[in-house]
Amino acid sequence: MFDSLSKRLEGAFKTLKGQGRISEINVAETVKEIRRALLDADVNYKIAKTFTDKVKEEALGQNVLTSVSPGQLFTKIVNDELTQLLGGETEGLKLSGNPSVILIAGLQGSGKTTFSGKLANHFKSKGQKPLLAACDVYRPAAINQLQVLGEQIGVDVYAEIENKNPVEIAKKAIAEAKRLGNPIVIVDTAGRLSIDQAMMDEIAAVKTAIQPNEILLVVDAMTGQDAVTTAENFNNVLDITGVVLSKLDGDTRGGAALSIKSVVQRPIKFVSHGEKMEALDVFHPDRMASRILGMGDIVSLVEKAQDNFDEVEAARLRKKMAKNKFDLDDFLNQLQQIKKMGNIKDLMGMIPGVGNKIKDLDVDNESFKGIEAIIQSMTMQERTNPELLNGNRKSRVAKGSGSSVQDVNKLLKQFQDMRKMMKAMNKMNMGKMMGGNK
Amino acid sequence: MGIFDFLKKKKDHESKAIQEKQSSPEANLESGLEKTKESIFGKLGKAIIGKTNVDSSFLDELEEILITSDVGVETTIKIIDRFEARVKRDKYLKADELNTFLKEEITAILDENKSPHFIDFSLAGAAKPYVILVVGVNGVGKTTTIGKLAYNFAQHGKKVVLGAADTFRAAAVDQLEIWSQRTGAIFISKGMNTDPAAVAYEATVAGVDQEADVIIIDTAGRLHNKVNLMNELGKIKRVIQKKIPEAPQEVVLVLDASTGQNAFEQAKQFTAATEVNTLALTKLDGTAKGGVVIGISDQFKIPVKYIGVGERKEDLQLFDAAQYVSTLFNA
Ligand SMILES: Nc1nc2c(ncn2[C@@H]2O[C@H](COP(=O)(O)OP(=O)(O)OP(=O)(O)O)[C@@H](O)[C@H]2O)c(=O)[nH]1
Ligand SMILES: Nc1nc2c(ncn2[C@@H]2O[C@H](COP(=O)(O)OP(=O)(O)OP(=O)(O)O)[C@@H](O)[C@H]2O)c(=O)[nH]1
Ligand SMILES: [Mg+2]
Ligand SMILES: [Mg+2]
Repeated sequence: MFDSLSKRLEGAFKTLKGQGRISEINVAETVKEIRRALLDADVNYKIAKTFTDKVKEEALGQNVLTSVSPGQLFTKIVNDELTQLLGGETEGLKLSGNPSVILIAGLQGSGKTTFSGKLANHFKSKGQKPLLAACDVYRPAAINQLQVLGEQIGVDVYAEIENKNPVEIAKKAIAEAKRLGNPIVIVDTAGRLSIDQAMMDEIAAVKTAIQPNEILLVVDAMTGQDAVTTAENFNNVLDITGVVLSKLDGDTRGGAALSIKSVVQRPIKFVSHGEKMEALDVFHPDRMASRILGMGDIVSLVEKAQDNFDEVEAARLRKKMAKNKFDLDDFLNQLQQIKKMGNIKDLMGMIPGVGNKIKDLDVDNESFKGIEAIIQSMTMQERTNPELLNGNRKSRVAKGSGSSVQDVNKLLKQFQDMRKMMKAMNKMNMGKMMGGNK
Repeated sequence: MGIFDFLKKKKDHESKAIQEKQSSPEANLESGLEKTKESIFGKLGKAIIGKTNVDSSFLDELEEILITSDVGVETTIKIIDRFEARVKRDKYLKADELNTFLKEEITAILDENKSPHFIDFSLAGAAKPYVILVVGVNGVGKTTTIGKLAYNFAQHGKKVVLGAADTFRAAAVDQLEIWSQRTGAIFISKGMNTDPAAVAYEATVAGVDQEADVIIIDTAGRLHNKVNLMNELGKIKRVIQKKIPEAPQEVVLVLDASTGQNAFEQAKQFTAATEVNTLALTKLDGTAKGGVVIGISDQFKIPVKYIGVGERKEDLQLFDAAQYVSTLFNA
């Protein structure tokens, strides 16, 4: 059901293939697919609409590079736009008070208490000594939960078991921090629905009483269309300073991030990605964009290809392939091109359709070393004409490359298979399929 | 290509009773879903009024309503198709008939999975003890739902055992213990950081020995993409079966109404790990609609049985498809 965008676009882009320029006509289907992908990723309905309209405008009339298909280029435009929307000003926490106060807010079960612990742990590891304030007086064992976390990370927790007034507890916690010299107070609050007037009034009162430097809204990354309403309502009441996305260690696409960002225009300051106290990270807009689009990382592939892939060399190789003259030396060149682009597993993972299949495959650039060594131990003649390699020559090559004759045979076999495939593909007009036949 | 084969081959050789929230309004399904209804019905009403056939602008409105309720693209298309087919077949005369068609079609999707042997809180015709295993991702409301279930069974005069098999999350055991105190349920725990399967087993044994009517096992929240944690659920289920081979009669997957399309993946993985046969949809008292259950229920053939509409012990109801759908669309 949740095909990744790239897979979808592979289909949609059939309409684009062979056309050098993105035009109004060939773009319609693609835009539809992108919109659907965004909806599947839980981006809000209206925001998805606005977003795709914008992307369409951007894409119209762009020239398509030869080494990149129009589809890939389009994907990159989508991704760039998304990254920009998600990112904007990257801000850390603004901590200036004495003590600095951070108020944590959000829906029930979104991950506030866990995040409070993580944030405290983060400050502690930087040598600051935060104080946690337990202001959830409702949820069964909420105070215990924070105390257990505090103990785990070695941070003090201010709690008043008998006190049912969060405003008072928060104020006293700050007084306590002043007394003890804690530079930071993190105030954990009860989960609340944004339409629960009494509870929203309560947190507004906490805010007024303690004048926090930061008000962070913790949102579950799995949130659907409701993210917009919740973020808007919380922001209206609290004027939040930032957002925390939790549970990103799941496989949710996390479109809520885009919805929230678009609605409240506040930076996403942290992501929470696990139950352990260390599972906290700053927000990476680019990663989030690829994640929402569910497309491996075709964008970086395109970028890397644009940076590194030599157009002329590509054309030369294509020509040789077309004439079935592709030899071991070309193979070596190509390997080196690929290596220039980065880690091979990452690269292969970026190719739509391949990503999943190699997830558990143990591949790294080292795997290429053996192949390279073998080819490098051959004479130029042998490279162009592998048929020359008889038993003697093979054992020489094996010795020279520190491998076995079997390894050499295996490589040769693979190479022959590859050639055969190229021949077959040539019949299907490979040149065109590879994106232009200049 | 050849190059990938090559790489692949290479690899081959290698306690404290805390007060309940006082502030929450008298929550029940009606008031819980009221907010839902207002926004949706307003729009749908506008879409219908003055229209004599299902034109594309109506369908656009419908699409928006369904998508913004988290129904998802695929299920939305399915609903629209069914709806159009129905309109073609039955012809409609008035706007409110359109409305009725729509409700009936969605209700039908949900009701197709209704269990023929429905067991309510009276446990009529149920095995004794009736074992319920509760699973789901983090923070969806498993423990709270268990507390509410215990309350409802107790209200029907049933003897309830709660097994604290979430031994991982900070203060999880304490939280369930408070719920057992609130509801008078027997509480079985081996403390934090103990083997969850051992707790489940002990709770099952205690339930049998003490002739309980219901045994409910709480488990730690876990994301469905974590293989080891998912396998642990299988183990919990197996140890329960060591004592009672037919148990657990109910494996409840708890879904949070505010969750979007990821709930599909949750349903898929949890079902694969524990053969989920019941869905609970929580937090319906909020602004989220939980529309994703329509597609899940349809695709996995699992009925929604419980809904959560608040944080108090009274805030649990048996799911009624027609009521759910009608509150989605109309008064
Ligand atoms: N996998 C994962 N679990 C998380 C993450 N953050 C929180 N959790 C879990 O989510 C559940 C809810 O987290 P809490 O921190 O209790 O959430 P809360 O917002 O304080 O909940 P309430 O106080 O009840 O509103 C717990 O099981 C946490 O362990 C995360 O980043 N990844
Ligand atoms: N408004 C509302 N809140 C709910 C509902 N059900 C549960 N909650 C709240 O959601 C939060 C998380 O509930 P829990 O029962 O702890 O969730 P859980 O699935 O057991 O969480 P973990 O064990 O940490 O994975 C708590 O603050 C509950 O009070 C509901 O139906 N409505
Ligand atoms: Mg909390
Ligand atoms: Mg729990």
